[in-house]
Amino acid sequence: MTARKRHQQTEVLVRWILIGLSAVSILTTIGIVLTLAYETFEFFSIVSIVEFFTSHRWAPVFDPPSFGVLPLVAGTMMIAVLSGLISIPLGLGSAIYLSEFASKKARKIIKPILELLAGIPSIVYGFFALTFITPLIRSVAPDTQIYNALSASIAVGIMTLPMVASLSEDAMMAVPDSIRQGAYALGSTKLEVAIHVIVPAAFSGIAASFMLAISRAIGETMIVAIAAGQTPNLSLNPFQSIQTMTGFMVNMALGDIQQGSIEFKTVFVVGALLFVITLILNLIARIIIQKTREVY
Amino acid sequence: MKTTKRHQRRLLLNRIFEWIFFSTIAVAILVLGALLFDIFSRGISGLDWSFITSMPSSRPAKAGIFPALLGTLWVILLTALIALPVGIGTAIYLEEYANKKSWFFKALNLNIANLAGVPAIVYGILGLTVFVQLLKIGPTILAGALTLSLLILPVIIVASIEAIRAVPNSIREGSLALGVTRWQTITGAILPMALPGILTGSILALSRAMGEAAPLIMVGAVGFVTFLPDSILDRYTVLPMLIYNWTSRPQDEFAQLAASGIIVMLIILMLTNLTAIILRNRSQQRID
Repeated sequence: MTARKRHQQTEVLVRWILIGLSAVSILTTIGIVLTLAYETFEFFSIVSIVEFFTSHRWAPVFDPPSFGVLPLVAGTMMIAVLSGLISIPLGLGSAIYLSEFASKKARKIIKPILELLAGIPSIVYGFFALTFITPLIRSVAPDTQIYNALSASIAVGIMTLPMVASLSEDAMMAVPDSIRQGAYALGSTKLEVAIHVIVPAAFSGIAASFMLAISRAIGETMIVAIAAGQTPNLSLNPFQSIQTMTGFMVNMALGDIQQGSIEFKTVFVVGALLFVITLILNLIARIIIQKTREVY
Repeated sequence: MKTTKRHQRRLLLNRIFEWIFFSTIAVAILVLGALLFDIFSRGISGLDWSFITSMPSSRPAKAGIFPALLGTLWVILLTALIALPVGIGTAIYLEEYANKKSWFFKALNLNIANLAGVPAIVYGILGLTVFVQLLKIGPTILAGALTLSLLILPVIIVASIEAIRAVPNSIREGSLALGVTRWQTITGAILPMALPGILTGSILALSRAMGEAAPLIMVGAVGFVTFLPDSILDRYTVLPMLIYNWTSRPQDEFAQLAASGIIVMLIILMLTNLTAIILRNRSQQRID
């Protein structure tokens, strides 16, 4: 009887401990939101929200300071778009090859290589961008600045390629084989099956993989901190030095900034903007993925 | 004969596109090759025993990575000690205890999925505010490990959930039928079977944490230290931070040092990932 009671007590205790551990991840979200929101409100009590979103100059540590976030957003978007131009076509092509053309043996060799590419830390890609990609670009276009958006974008694109490839491939593999076999039975070639049947059927999963890759590119930090430069620039010239939102945050964190100062708060405001943008992209991606799940 | 001509054209097109699709993979493999070649050709000559056992120095010829190597070890071990119990505990709760219709269960799942997409640097801001400033831990190893723990928590939870789910229900029911409690079933039957899967996912998550620099910059890790840490409340540097510090210096000698450091880091990552893969293969054999 006592043994049984002891077991029951353990059960109750374990249950509460586990609930406590689970609460950590919820507290993390609450912590992120509260931290960013608090400093953001403080910031906007000093700087007008209109200036923040419309001014074309970002110079928070200058005298007089200017808090127009557009140059940072432009820099970030340039990285996102240019890296997407690399990761999306290459990743999708890889996924189609792996899912529809490759033999079992080829898949067994290629997939670990893509996993390897995904496992390389972003600091390594940053180094590679600065020491290999940038000189390569400058040998073709000598006017390119040492720190430039293009080099960083290429590195970010390569880094996010495996993500597009593996998520798109998962989506294509999830298309029932009966549909594939049916199309073959009608005499279609592999290309026709891939383009007219599999890709349209897996389209939402593929689109979600694009979103997630773009979101990763927006949040990517070390590559842009190393290779893209530190010049907030409202321009669309990829051969120029720029600054992204993440690059700015790293730059400020490395500098000697008084805690609680307005310069210090800019890190949180930019972080909040980054958080909101990536959250929206991730939410869209997840809604898309959930819709496909209902179909099959 | 018109149809055969068309047929041949379709076959040709198929052939051409097969090559185009393959070439996208070839590009990825070529870049990987170029990256490894670039780093090894720069860094291999500077790689010797004294590079591993020396302190960083402003004179490139004498510089080494020892404090960063130890710092990485401290931070990652502490991260594992914090993140594993929390992550596995959350997974056990979600899979074995939670009422799957309750709001807490749904909120937790939504929350974990969202956290996985939050940029690493945002975790750094959280760590700076909560651990470094609010809890007054300061820019120490402990603050860095706590921050990285939160960063990899979603990955560990998801991997653990999958491993627990892969345990056949017959085992769970067989154990419960013997009259033992739920917790005894978990510790005696489910966890032993799920453990290889859980460890695989966790090792992969930890190796991701090992390469992170951005969140640690936010919580005050330094790029250049010339002392060794001897408690979790010491200041510290880690390999990616030191590599970043060297990369951002203009002199070519420091680029070579950075490359040598990257080689060491990649070798460590390779060894940890290899461990994870071996574990995965073993666990697959067992469940089959």
